[in-house]
Amino acid sequence: MEVGMLPISASKRGKLLAAGYTSLHSISRASASQLATDIEVSQDEACEILKYASQTSALDPSIGNSNTSNLYGGQTAWTMLNEEKFSTRITTSCVDLDNILGGGITCKEVTELGGVPGIGKTQIGIQLAVNVQIPLEYGGLGGKAIYIDTEGSFMVERVLQIAEACIEDMSEYSNHFHNNVQDCEVKMHPNSILENIFCFRVCSYTEQIALVNYLDKFIEEHKDVKMIIIDSVTFHFRQDFEDMALRTRLLNEMALKLMKLARKFCLAVVLLNQVTTKYIEGSYQLTLALGDSWSHSCTNRIILFWNGDERHAYIDKSPSLKSASAAYSVTTRGIRNSNSSCKRIKIV
Amino acid sequence: MANKLIKQMGLPNSIANIFTARNIITAKDALSLTEFELMEQLDVGMAEVKSAMAHISEVVCPPCQTALLLMEQRVRDERSAGHLPTRLRGLDEALCGGLPFGVVTELVGPAGIGKTQFCLKLSLLASLPANCGGLDGRVIYIDVESKFSSRRLIQIGIENFPEIFLKKGMAQEMAGRIVILRPTSLSEFTESLHHVQVSLLQKQVKLLIIDSMAALVLGEHDCGASRQQVLGWHVSFIKSLAEFSRIPIVVTNQVRSQTGDEPLTFSFQARSHSIKKEDRASYDSHLVAALGINWAHAVTIRLVLEARSGLVLLDDDGIEMKGSEINTIHCQGQKALFNSEW
Repeated sequence: MEVGMLPISASKRGKLLAAGYTSLHSISRASASQLATDIEVSQDEACEILKYASQTSALDPSIGNSNTSNLYGGQTAWTMLNEEKFSTRITTSCVDLDNILGGGITCKEVTELGGVPGIGKTQIGIQLAVNVQIPLEYGGLGGKAIYIDTEGSFMVERVLQIAEACIEDMSEYSNHFHNNVQDCEVKMHPNSILENIFCFRVCSYTEQIALVNYLDKFIEEHKDVKMIIIDSVTFHFRQDFEDMALRTRLLNEMALKLMKLARKFCLAVVLLNQVTTKYIEGSYQLTLALGDSWSHSCTNRIILFWNGDERHAYIDKSPSLKSASAAYSVTTRGIRNSNSSCKRIKIV
Repeated sequence: MANKLIKQMGLPNSIANIFTARNIITAKDALSLTEFELMEQLDVGMAEVKSAMAHISEVVCPPCQTALLLMEQRVRDERSAGHLPTRLRGLDEALCGGLPFGVVTELVGPAGIGKTQFCLKLSLLASLPANCGGLDGRVIYIDVESKFSSRRLIQIGIENFPEIFLKKGMAQEMAGRIVILRPTSLSEFTESLHHVQVSLLQKQVKLLIIDSMAALVLGEHDCGASRQQVLGWHVSFIKSLAEFSRIPIVVTNQVRSQTGDEPLTFSFQARSHSIKKEDRASYDSHLVAALGINWAHAVTIRLVLEARSGLVLLDDDGIEMKGSEINTIHCQGQKALFNSEW
């Protein structure tokens, strides 16, 4: 039913159908006053219904709209190609990891990182929150970060450690490439890096959903936020949720809202996930938590795992990146390249 | 926060009444429905639903703080910037000052490695006055396996802090700050947790130790699924206790040997699994922390105690003791604690 597409209350829809308005075309042909008397609503409400009806019919090509070159809200693939080429990525500070990611974490996309406890998910999250602030001169985005902590694993001292190491690395970089002494001074202080990370501590799934709803307004007021990290998106949805169908619906809605935020404000959304066991092909295997329907929600999915004594990252799902794995390590300075001898990137 | 009434959120009366009429009373009720479902249930348009939900979300949303503010607050308000120094130099360095407040720290190790001894030492440290590096507060020690020995506690106190413990009456006061609870079943434990929550607020409790969590749970349920659910509630509760009272909570856990069909790998790793088959022989001797992967995710810091030719090695991540950074702790002043029995 086309009338079912209108974002109006159920009783109004019922009235429209009862009065004989079964298609959007019939509604848009009526005048506001006619509509008002037919379905017994006020003039203003009738005008609103007309407005919705004409907006919706613009999307439907079967309603005689031959001018299809600018469909409402659409973009051609060519314009998108230009955008994709020039979108900056956020480095993870590990060259191998950046390579398999095509340069780093992409903006306008939702990336999910999951792994066993202790593999370094929070560490990567903190590293990204610092790296998004790297100024434009050094190849970064110069933006701010929002860190949503659901588990209480955000350690401020660790952020300070990583921030200091990042500034030292930037000074070293400028020492190599700029011979003028005055250009070598990196004007960032670790405290200013800490100041640009907005932390939220979420204690229940209700707060988590409320926060995702509120982020739209928050980012309108802080337009330079370029990274949202949720650590972890799973925790509150795993403890005593009896109604699994409800959980799936809520998670889907949350994922859609995050995707919308990523596109609207051109920022990167990184979700950290936990693991659980699943019975596949005759044995129990590890898999990321939150179920099968959640696995469709993110644009990119990276699984972090132990390979012998080394930490590895594997691209499990991505529309544009090749399936590959790379090694990384967690050091006192943050995420860095792994020191092992076999550092070849394995294309799987 | 989640149970805040919609009536009291400052929404325009018309929409607030509609919420109440449809039996959506608290913020949790409203946020547990998708926007489409709300539109259907409340019989209002999408725009109204969106603006009402935006308002409710803003009210329920937790406050924002910059990382800098958090750090400054902790340095200013809390002892040692929010850490309980363990007096093991390497460990304190690795943990940026000591066991952090507000999170759950887990001690894992085989039997006899010294977990209970470490807990005794920690409870002493928390009860000491501030000028000796302690937290000057009470300690609640939940002793499931009846391993707490007050004699041993006083002995540790005398050997490590003679200037306090040999003073008249001080030993009594220090020991008097440590309250020991001995629940014998999981349901008793659950009840005592509620009492603990009350006393955290009223008295000056600065440390909670649960020794051991594994003993409580492993004795009770045989079925894996219900055990997960049971732990789920306790984990959340303990974490929120730590969070709101800003105290460290230490939990001990046991180890068990790894069984052959343990889920170790992801599905994409199965292809290279044939190479790993010869490693299986070593799995029987391999030890793994008890209580499962869900619990492992929930604890913030995991300290694995391992004995290697007399030195105690600690590392703080990794579900299995392979492939992680291991700090060798040079035990200053720990010699009195770990004697030659182990």
